[in-house]
Amino acid sequence: MTTNELPTISGDRGLDHEEPLIFEIGRDGKCGVDFPDVTVGDTHLGGLRRKGKIGLPGLSEPEVVRLYVRLSRMNYAIDAGLYPLGSCTMKHNPRLGEKLARLPGFADLHPLAPMSAAQGALALMRELAHWLTTLTGMPAVALTPKAGAHGELCGILTIRAAIEARGEKRTRVLIPESAHGTNPASASFAGFTVDEIKATPEGRVDLDSLRSKLDTDVAAFMLTNPNTCGLFERDICEIARLVHAAGAYFYCDGANFNAIAGRVKPGDLGVDAMHINLHKTFSTPHGGGGPGAGPVVLSERLAPFAPLPLLVLENGAIRLIEDKSDAPQGSKPFGRMAAFHGQTGMFVRALAYMLSHGGDGIRQASEDAVLSANYVLASLKDVMSAPFEGPCMHEALFDDTWLHDTGVTTLDFAKVMIDEGYHPMTMYFPLVVHGAMLIEPTESESKESLDRFIHVLHTMAEEVKAGKTARFDGAPHLAPRRRLDETTASRKPVLKWKAPDLKQAAE
Amino acid sequence: MRYLPLTADDRSAMLAKIGAADMDALFRDVPKEAEAPLGAFDLPTAKGEIEVERILAKFAAQNVAAGNGPFFCGAGAYKHHIPATVDHLIQRSEFLTSYTPYQPEISQGTLQALFEFQTQVAALTGMDVANASLYDGSTATAEAVLMAMRVTKRGKAILSGGLHKHYVETVETVANLHGVIKRAMASPGRAEDLLPLIDTDTACVVVQSPDVFGLLRDLKPIADAAHAKGALLIAVVTEVVSLGLIASPGEQGADIVVAEGQSLGNGLNYGGPYVGLFAVREKFIRQMPGRLAGQTVDADGRRGFVLTLSTREQHIRRDKATSNICTNSGLCALAFTIHLSLLGEDGFTKLAAINHSRAVELADKLNAIPGVELITPSFFNEFTLKLPRNAAEVVETLAAKGILAGVPASRLGYADNLLIVAATETNTDEDVAAFATALEEVL
Amino acid sequence: MTTYYTDQHEWIRVDGDEGTVGITSHATEQLGDVVCVETPSIVKVLAKGDEAAVVESVKAASEIYAPVGGTVTAVNETLAGEPANVNADPEGEGWFFKIKIADKAELATLLDGDKYQDFVKGL
Repeated sequence: MTTNELPTISGDRGLDHEEPLIFEIGRDGKCGVDFPDVTVGDTHLGGLRRKGKIGLPGLSEPEVVRLYVRLSRMNYAIDAGLYPLGSCTMKHNPRLGEKLARLPGFADLHPLAPMSAAQGALALMRELAHWLTTLTGMPAVALTPKAGAHGELCGILTIRAAIEARGEKRTRVLIPESAHGTNPASASFAGFTVDEIKATPEGRVDLDSLRSKLDTDVAAFMLTNPNTCGLFERDICEIARLVHAAGAYFYCDGANFNAIAGRVKPGDLGVDAMHINLHKTFSTPHGGGGPGAGPVVLSERLAPFAPLPLLVLENGAIRLIEDKSDAPQGSKPFGRMAAFHGQTGMFVRALAYMLSHGGDGIRQASEDAVLSANYVLASLKDVMSAPFEGPCMHEALFDDTWLHDTGVTTLDFAKVMIDEGYHPMTMYFPLVVHGAMLIEPTESESKESLDRFIHVLHTMAEEVKAGKTARFDGAPHLAPRRRLDETTASRKPVLKWKAPDLKQAAE
Repeated sequence: MRYLPLTADDRSAMLAKIGAADMDALFRDVPKEAEAPLGAFDLPTAKGEIEVERILAKFAAQNVAAGNGPFFCGAGAYKHHIPATVDHLIQRSEFLTSYTPYQPEISQGTLQALFEFQTQVAALTGMDVANASLYDGSTATAEAVLMAMRVTKRGKAILSGGLHKHYVETVETVANLHGVIKRAMASPGRAEDLLPLIDTDTACVVVQSPDVFGLLRDLKPIADAAHAKGALLIAVVTEVVSLGLIASPGEQGADIVVAEGQSLGNGLNYGGPYVGLFAVREKFIRQMPGRLAGQTVDADGRRGFVLTLSTREQHIRRDKATSNICTNSGLCALAFTIHLSLLGEDGFTKLAAINHSRAVELADKLNAIPGVELITPSFFNEFTLKLPRNAAEVVETLAAKGILAGVPASRLGYADNLLIVAATETNTDEDVAAFATALEEVL
Repeated sequence: MTTYYTDQHEWIRVDGDEGTVGITSHATEQLGDVVCVETPSIVKVLAKGDEAAVVESVKAASEIYAPVGGTVTAVNETLAGEPANVNADPEGEGWFFKIKIADKAELATLLDGDKYQDFVKGL
């Protein structure tokens, strides 16, 4: 099966269109906006006027529209189909959030407008903070981090500040080997060395390994809960006790909070800091890789060290504290995570999601996510191998034991899902499971949708086991592109368009 | 609940298939002491769209939008006109609701757009390569400083006094853990002499142009001095539209250019989400933080794009990664790219010219008011005025008259009597006249 | 000239005081297509077991450790442009760096060719 069957003159195929780069179709003399001509003198330019051309292509508005609409059609999206990407939480993105974030009072509000002109935005931040602290059972939240990894960094820097305030120096952060790569990267970014904790055969933290490494040099233990194997850490309260007894702080990676929101308060588990990916749990759109938002909730012990800006209520008005020298008594902000006050546009969307669900709906969403994952696990474990005993939380994990001697790899299996009209699951993560396949169906799928998905995967697995593996070789065959040569892309990186050599072009 | 498709019957049937008695059975690994009943959460119950809209619209109504009246705030975020097409296209489901393009066969739309973004950013900044975006300009600056420390294996970073205070603090927060930060004193309206500070321990010099007061900085002599000592020049641009009229930092010798890309395609959004631009010389490609889209071919020989050089990144390199960044600013980068596609060379340079001429006209008018002094001799679309009284009070007074007159420098920790004023293509003749009249009245 | 191996899949070919270091064909099979090699700087002094180089494939990055202590005397500059040499000829054209061996007694701690082959078979 190749895409060359039934060739077309245009190279396009029905609704599938190939699209050149803007640089290849743009021409001088075209423009997609209309501005008057203005002549500018040199009086105020300090001799720094640009001399050469920039090299931007000219296109009219209809050309730009067509180009990007056609490009968009080469993307898979949650709006178009089930997106079972484990640990990424591709749930339905309500358009209500998009509409509300575009209200001029939010979208057209300048971050340094006088605070008297931004009381609504500040009140919205307080409301969001209320929801986040209530759902987590934690007293404080730092809203500014711009994504999950940025939140991790914020949490770890808060911990660093708290330790320094105690007059101590601790250099290590303990992290399970199954953790997201951002955890060790964030700890290292914050100047700590990373020490790995082993997993038990049940896919959970090995308490003996943890005990043996906990000492007065340990600043924090970073744990994802539910963990990256999709399991709840049963010993979490004991873990918190051990960590605290060693004088260290307990950081929880909240990437998987969507499994327990409305049912478990991390504050009750002894957590000191946890970031919340608003783009996961509270469904702000992923946008092809961001923007996200990663507020960090903090325990009583860490709250004083939260970064700037701080929100305070004074004489009935809300004020942002933007400088350390203005910090209220007892507050010792460790610094600033970014310019201005956080991802306000994402706060609006997340709050719209929260208000729509209510406390009851958030709990139901978590339960449905867990139910759906367990349903997938229960329905596929007769043909695929699950490394750990259930129940799982919001994602079902399989390994590649069942693929042994079939000639088919996890990658091949996942790529055939593309031919079947699905986005693949997360592959080869977590690293502690061989050939991992991590499926997160989320609460957004109907039972009919889940049944169809299960039927497809079940049948694919049966085909593999029956030796009918031809279509697994080099899949996908039916996508806008077949497998791409990543080796050449890395060996000889081409990272921008270059005008073709004139001599070559003439040939 | 309108977002949840499962019915009570569905749930029962699914539990039966799983072999679980009830929902609680699925949560049996949660310790009893950690279980919170619904009543333990003091939160309202689910609401329909009408009610949610009502609540959030009320928050929005308490804010003064930039478009409500004459508006002159800048200092790192700028009001520009965004063509309707931009917002329409970025709301296409396939762009808005897709994940990071880890499966290139079904993500060519996002990947090709990122490749265009990288090409545009490299062209604008005058650099060899750009990444696929970072969170914003301030975090991009911090990443640049860390990168310079890695590349040079030196620990000192020199920050210009004209670097936006929030950027300074963002850099200090992370880079203090890896080296020493020396911040030059701010000298509003003048370029401080950074050259004596550069020595052979210096990893980088960080200079913003136009600086936080709007002053254009000549980067070439600083680049030369830095290079003579084996240090790198990091150029920071908070207003990318300036690159349509001003010589690019690349032309002026910068080694790393970081910028806030909000001005193109992205609204003010009370500070975020924005989009960080990050561009470098070719030799530093493998030291860059963040994602990169690269061109390659598929199994049938057709051109396609992939995320590449990912061994620099956290999901592979873990604690040895160039950065901890994962999610970045994909959709904001797309908005940037579509806006710049619409503008093209002609539109972008005209846009820059209009901004500058508007600002010159406004500066001249305000400078003519008795007691007001323009202290930035060169500028793009933003300048600083010395007022005969407290600028924050003036701003509050004018805000009460419906005019957002700019950012008082004291908001960023500088002198009380300085006002940072920006003008863009969105300002009309009437706006300019209203501002000048009102300012004269309140002084 | 004698070639020694480590259980981290590096080889070192010793000629007098100098050793040439690379990774074994078993290592390249595990890594897949090599896309980039970061070599150490010349005159760098390494102790046995120090991180000496990094080899990257599309999906993985691995540290290469110094099999013995010494001073780096040369690096394989051609790998920058042709990382594929590591896959094509790991124990020839695909060498990483040369090291002036500080203490030849450390060679005794390494595996010889046969022992390394046995070690790989046992994996």
